[in-house]
Amino acid sequence: MSASLLHARNIARSYELNRHIWGNASVVHAVSDVTLSVGRNETLGIVGESGSGKSTTGRLLLGLESPTRGSISFDGRPLPVIGSPEWRKSRTRMQMIYQDPLAALDRRLPIAKQMREPLDIHQAGNLQERETRVSELLRAVGLSDAVARRYPHELSGGQRQRVVLARALVTRPDLLVCDEPVSALDVSIQAQVVNLLSDLQAELGLAMIFISHDLRVVRQVSHRIAVMYLGRIVEEGEADDLFARPAHPYTRALVSAAPVPGTKLGGRIMLRGEPPNPANQPSGCAFHPRCSAAVARCKSEMPALAELGGGRKVSCHLAGSPSENQADPSPARTRVPLNPVEAASEDVA
Amino acid sequence: MRGSITLEELTVSFNGVRVLHGIDLAIGPGETLGLVGESGSGKSVTWLAALGLLPPKAKVSGRVMLNDRNLLDMPDSKLTGIRGGRIAMIFQDPVSALNPMLTVKRQIGETLALHRGLSGAAIKAEAKRLLDLVGIPDAERRLNAYPHEFSGGQNQRVMIAMALAGQPDLLVADEPTTALDVTIQAQILDLLALTQRETGMALVLISHDLGVVSQVCDRVAVMYAGRIVEEAPVERLFEHPAHPYSQGLMGSLPAIDGPRRRLTAIGGTVPDASSLPAGCSFAPRCAFAETQCHEQIPLLAGIGRDHSVACLVSEAQPSAAIRYSRQKEQRIEA
Amino acid sequence: MKMSSLKAIGFRAVRSLVTLLLCVTLVFVILRAAGDPSEELLPPETPPDIRQEYRVQWGLDRPIVVQYLNFLSRVARGDLGESFASDLPATELVMRAIPKTILLGGSAFLLATLIGMSLGVTAALRHGTAVDRSLIAAAVLGYSMPVFFLGILLILVFALQLRVLPSSGSSSPVHLILPTITLALPLAGRVARFARTATLEVMGKPFIRTARAKGLGQLAVILGHALPNAMVPLLMFFGIEIGLILSGAVVTETIFAWPGLGRLLVDSVNMRDLPVVQAVILMITLIIVLSNLFVDILHALLDPKVSLARTLGGAG
Repeated sequence: MSASLLHARNIARSYELNRHIWGNASVVHAVSDVTLSVGRNETLGIVGESGSGKSTTGRLLLGLESPTRGSISFDGRPLPVIGSPEWRKSRTRMQMIYQDPLAALDRRLPIAKQMREPLDIHQAGNLQERETRVSELLRAVGLSDAVARRYPHELSGGQRQRVVLARALVTRPDLLVCDEPVSALDVSIQAQVVNLLSDLQAELGLAMIFISHDLRVVRQVSHRIAVMYLGRIVEEGEADDLFARPAHPYTRALVSAAPVPGTKLGGRIMLRGEPPNPANQPSGCAFHPRCSAAVARCKSEMPALAELGGGRKVSCHLAGSPSENQADPSPARTRVPLNPVEAASEDVA
Repeated sequence: MRGSITLEELTVSFNGVRVLHGIDLAIGPGETLGLVGESGSGKSVTWLAALGLLPPKAKVSGRVMLNDRNLLDMPDSKLTGIRGGRIAMIFQDPVSALNPMLTVKRQIGETLALHRGLSGAAIKAEAKRLLDLVGIPDAERRLNAYPHEFSGGQNQRVMIAMALAGQPDLLVADEPTTALDVTIQAQILDLLALTQRETGMALVLISHDLGVVSQVCDRVAVMYAGRIVEEAPVERLFEHPAHPYSQGLMGSLPAIDGPRRRLTAIGGTVPDASSLPAGCSFAPRCAFAETQCHEQIPLLAGIGRDHSVACLVSEAQPSAAIRYSRQKEQRIEA
Repeated sequence: MKMSSLKAIGFRAVRSLVTLLLCVTLVFVILRAAGDPSEELLPPETPPDIRQEYRVQWGLDRPIVVQYLNFLSRVARGDLGESFASDLPATELVMRAIPKTILLGGSAFLLATLIGMSLGVTAALRHGTAVDRSLIAAAVLGYSMPVFFLGILLILVFALQLRVLPSSGSSSPVHLILPTITLALPLAGRVARFARTATLEVMGKPFIRTARAKGLGQLAVILGHALPNAMVPLLMFFGIEIGLILSGAVVTETIFAWPGLGRLLVDSVNMRDLPVVQAVILMITLIIVLSNLFVDILHALLDPKVSLARTLGGAG
């Protein structure tokens, strides 16, 4: 793995809610103290549930929003101020792909035209060269030249996401941030796009950040994975190793909850309650109200993200090395017997 | 009295376009059946049609038999006694499936009044018991809350309570966990499995996710383009998928552990209902299609114990999924 | 009542006050921007000394801020000066006209709601049929017909040709019929179109399917589930329509010589009776602001999500 291309140090992002004539503004900490880096030729996966701050993190890393704290550097230099000429120039080097491809495309423009647009704006080469580039990319994402003349609504969901991907690559970016890029697609189409993303990342040597709630998909494309909970990274590690030997109780629960085809429900870790509201975070470790292994210390003290060796970092007072956890199952490893009343007793009312 | 429900040659057309091509399914008392398919496969339409919940422009034919009575022949006034009473249905995205203007008590109470003849204090007591049952904390106080005051997972619990209120023989759950987070999804599936076991009702779980279905169901039917293409017990389907589409679906799913392998995507896209190919609808995307597949529509036929498949070439090839090659995928796409 | 609703209502009341203040200020600014009022109000041949005396009498020689504060305080006391035309206080003229306008606007509103709602809901429930299409056509015809044209047409037919209804005046309930119809028909068209869209939208919502899946009959679904949800957008719509009714009333009252606010406005504009014009404009503002406040309060009471929506939407 080469040196990191994008490096975020202790970034945080908070929003003020509930501002009106009377009543104090309440602050929502969407992302707190996140340190991440991704290098060329590398895919970093970010998994988390709704409210985990994974999408906000994606926008921060891409410089679409500025962090309220912390710093981000890209290719050795800090990200330019949003809206500045340098920032606009930097856009060609970093691109984003969203969940809904139809919303990302201009429905009044034919595919080729809107793919060429970034090149037109940045005046890259002459018209002939730009057109060649567009049809090269369409072929690279497995679409025929016939697609170039069509409009977004004439394409299927999978084709549209391919177009979005091709358009993102048109400026030869170094960094690609994908936010739930396959979540809206059917299973069989999802596999096509996942394969395509992996292939292109490897062929072009891209640095890629892949954000999703789907553990299976994230593992499939990522080299490293960061697990987020309530705006913080709770565990980070090498992709296969992380899910095979999760050290954080939350990661363990996530892995256990991911439905595996052909397997019955039994023997799974059932998490109590629901993720708390980011506007109203628990004290200490944010996960403690749902954690079956929590002790008194978890309530009062926020655990730091500590190195476990082997590239693994975990933020838990109780986590030893991941292998230890495997050999000696902690209480969380055994399934909490389901009593529905108890199961939801931690819900935020 | 609990009876089994049988769909016979159920077909549905919208504006002359047939979207369901003769569905045969039987669910016995207390059975759990999963219905799996991608968008447009007709898995939801099947049950909306069976319960007469499709818009009037939909033309439905065939039979939906419940205790020797055909639901499709029933006048709407009779059918209302079956809906919510004998057969209950819950939907995807519970937040929009509940009425935002009415309290939870009122919405559960409606079912209790309609199908159990309860009123006044009895409704309140029973609604509270149901909310307790589905794991809503502080049920008594929350009876008067509105859906927006609950989280997504809690709303789905309320939906389940509402469905259980009519003491149905069959619960049809249409993508009940799709809009929910992974950990909440596990809770809801657990709750569904638990209540199914405790009440002894039959359960049909409709989902695009093979993983979700296999967690709760004993039997699975795979649908493609308005037809059932394969039906088998869960274990059997996962060990020996017979239909190339079922094999493809499983190959499309990334694994959570073990060595990483390239996904064996199914090339192409689901055909539009208005322009289905001749012969087998899956043939244009199928790596094993032969000439006859493009001419003849395969019928669902038994190939083993409780295992049937609608394919002209398949001989239960367990390793077939791996045979999908990248070349094939690209050839079909182009 | 929930604390949150009370808070929501309080918030909206404050907002209404701010709106009123802005309107009063706007009236002041526009009238001053038009030039020195003494130029407008006095005949051109007025000698300068009389003009000066007039300016002192009305405080027009004082700094603009003082004039503005005086104006505010007079508005607050309901003192808007005397009509040039009749020597009566402008406020009194307005108060006399108000009941007439409320009678006309109110009956037009009721008639339009009755016709519009029943046609709109019927059209929605028969969506896509010939009934639906002809009802839409009727609604479009209704709201695209200009009020003055409709009024004159009705006078021609019912007053001049058939001689069954009076064409002007307000001395008996019969006099109310033609102006009410004139004002109501375009509104009924808009209500019908809106009710149709609102019903169609609500009937397509997932919770309607849930209600049907529960075993509720068509009528119970419409009354118990669709209607409560259609109420909120309808209320909002009516809140906006009140302004349109008032502007329609100006034309209608003039055509039918109905002695309401609209006619008073037109007459006083023609006579350059500035204090009355000012009073009428402020009164119309007050009516619109108050009725919107009323709509807002109803909304807060009806919609369980209002307090939440306000929180999320910030000061909106």
